[in-house]
Amino acid sequence: MSEVAAPEVRLSVLRPGESGEVVRVEGGGSMRARLLELGILPGTRISMTRTAPLGDPIEIRLRGYALSIRKVDAASILLKDTDLARAGGNE
Amino acid sequence: MSATAKVLVLGNPNAGKTTLFNALTGSRGKTANYPGVTVERREANVRIGAFDCDLVDLPGMYSLSARSAEERVASEAFFATDVGAALVVCDATTLSRHLYLAYSVIESGRPTVIALTMTDDAESQGMQVSAAALAEALGVVVVPVIARTGKGLPELRAAIANLVVSPVAPIDPAWGDAFFDVLAHLEGAFPEESGSPRLRRSHALSVLLAQSDETHGPLAPRVRAIEAEYDGDLVLDLVADRYRRVDAAVRAAVHGQSLHLGTERIDGILTHPVWGLTVFAIVMALLFQALFSGSEPIVAWIENLVASAQDALGAALPEGPFTSLLKDGVVAGVGNVLVFVPQIAMLSLFIVVLEDVGYLARVAFVIDRVMRALGLHGKAFVPLLSGFACAVPAIIATRTIEDRRDRLLTMLALPFMSCSARLPVYALITAVVFDPSARVLGFISVGALVLFAMYALSVVTTLSAVAVLRRTVIKGHPPAMLLELPPYRVPSVRNVALAVRDRTLSFVTSAGTLILAITVVLWVILSFPRDAAIDSRIDADVQTATDRGDAERVRELANERQRLQLEASAGGRLGKLCEPLLEPLGFDWRIGVGVIASFAAREVFVSTLGIVHGTGNDSDEGSLPLRAQLRAARRTNGSPLYTPLVGVCIMVFFVLAAQCMSTLAAIKRETQSWKWPLFSMVFMNTVAYVVTFLVYQVGRALGFH
Repeated sequence: MSEVAAPEVRLSVLRPGESGEVVRVEGGGSMRARLLELGILPGTRISMTRTAPLGDPIEIRLRGYALSIRKVDAASILLKDTDLARAGGNE
Repeated sequence: MSATAKVLVLGNPNAGKTTLFNALTGSRGKTANYPGVTVERREANVRIGAFDCDLVDLPGMYSLSARSAEERVASEAFFATDVGAALVVCDATTLSRHLYLAYSVIESGRPTVIALTMTDDAESQGMQVSAAALAEALGVVVVPVIARTGKGLPELRAAIANLVVSPVAPIDPAWGDAFFDVLAHLEGAFPEESGSPRLRRSHALSVLLAQSDETHGPLAPRVRAIEAEYDGDLVLDLVADRYRRVDAAVRAAVHGQSLHLGTERIDGILTHPVWGLTVFAIVMALLFQALFSGSEPIVAWIENLVASAQDALGAALPEGPFTSLLKDGVVAGVGNVLVFVPQIAMLSLFIVVLEDVGYLARVAFVIDRVMRALGLHGKAFVPLLSGFACAVPAIIATRTIEDRRDRLLTMLALPFMSCSARLPVYALITAVVFDPSARVLGFISVGALVLFAMYALSVVTTLSAVAVLRRTVIKGHPPAMLLELPPYRVPSVRNVALAVRDRTLSFVTSAGTLILAITVVLWVILSFPRDAAIDSRIDADVQTATDRGDAERVRELANERQRLQLEASAGGRLGKLCEPLLEPLGFDWRIGVGVIASFAAREVFVSTLGIVHGTGNDSDEGSLPLRAQLRAARRTNGSPLYTPLVGVCIMVFFVLAAQCMSTLAAIKRETQSWKWPLFSMVFMNTVAYVVTFLVYQVGRALGFH
């Protein structure tokens, strides 16, 4: 076991083409529950596809589908094992 | 099992549920409303095997958890006592998210069958999806279908028939041991009469996972208590447990994954800052072209038809109030309704196609930042813009906005967008009060500048209305933007045709009756009472003129009669009565009568001014005699009535006032209540009065008259 915790990155800072594995979803209430029910769970791989022309929202890909999510909500999703080369998500 | 079995059709949005529903029901679906909300359900009675089934198409949902009033209605429908079976539609290319819903349905104990759609799409991407393996993993029948071609439909019908004959609950999925106590308590959250223990447990689970106390009211504390007993993050653990089972099923049945490269490539263009915007501008330009000019020939044809009907009636029946009621009340009223059909059909067609193709989601994606700053939903953009053509189809077009409050907000702000019916008013007034050769800055004509100012006012007011309404009448935090961007797909022709038919028909039958009623009422107000003295005097003069062979004079006398009778009518008197109210705006009773009459439609203002000023009701905005009469019109004190300031005030009033009964009728139809159209009328007219008042008074203070 490593002594240093793996660096966690917020989904909102990923750049197009980058991806990561969900560690946890912060916050609470109905928004968090909605994100979880959409499949954004610890262990799920999410990749960032593009940013909207005006800077917000972003398009992410997970579990075989594309989702548009605002950066402020994406910021509550923490990722590890971020990877520049890998694309797509598990279905 | 009762004679008619109720079968619910559920699925995620974009699963192909509507296409499948239409295929199963043979286009016989009727749209019905859930009371109190704007959510609609489509249902149809179909014969499946030996049984009569009530197929109910619930709105698309990602889970059984309801987080808004609309979602709650759909969720409650699922947990109702009279449900026989459930058909869950799952997209083979996005199986894990779709199966999450399917698993929730299976947990509830409802007899379930799964329809697997988009299998052709999956195959073409090199995916292998085994329905048999899925069926074994889930414990329910799974039928692959391609609704468009009809493949798999007989097997699906057979599966549904089997469920109806022997409604067997699917095997209860194995929850982790950690949840044993929690689940037991959830069972007790609902009264026993509401269903089987499994159903009650499932219902309580959906309330728990919703995490939305405002939606579930009294149940919330009970569910919270159960949550508090659990050591850990109950919501996360429950959802993760479900997805673990879902993922296991997917692993067993699916090989390969869908990448939708075609969609990726297209999105590269359509969401591109430059190209995306260019394409959008072209699409909107095409839309406007269709709405403005494309519908014109058909509208003209309808107007001709109405005029012919009126002439035929006039010829066939003796002159008199009853004939006039039929001609100018009923037939005109029906015409007022039918005249909107081409525009509604066209805009609906456009929007439904754009939605089904998947393009509207991209528009919402690109425009979200701006719309959010304005307090609007991304999907409101196209309907709002369409308001520049005509508010009526635009209001119907707001159906693409799922959230009720967002939709309502858009519907109430829309009418401020300066529609094409206001143009004749602008055209007439600017021609009358402004010198066509007058220039500002050397080259911009004053008329063009004023027109631009009206459009700018219209947009500013729309956005301000949104800001104000958001903070007052339609309170509540703007909902989050979490929007699936579906792969681009060729829309089903049948779906589109049915959707267009639905919208057009619902307008004609619902809003139409109201429009017809108001037309008749307006006709009564503007035609009665008739002054017999005027009639006999004019008749005598007409006789004299006819004897002389003076056709011109006969025409003049006809206009004179119209003018005098209008003045004597209830509407005319109402205009005079309101004069004290209108004076601070710079208006007199003649403009007042114009305003009253144009409640039917803004362009009626022009023809009414024609009558009031003696040039007859055939005058349009290009009519030179009408312009001359208006320039010559004088107030009682001798000063000109239609001055530049008054002209601007009239235009400002028409930008802001609720001068369209059809818009209000459309709002009534879409909100299923009287409250909102009445609110819109009061709101808009108050704004119109106050702003016009300010413009006139400030103008006077600055030395204009």
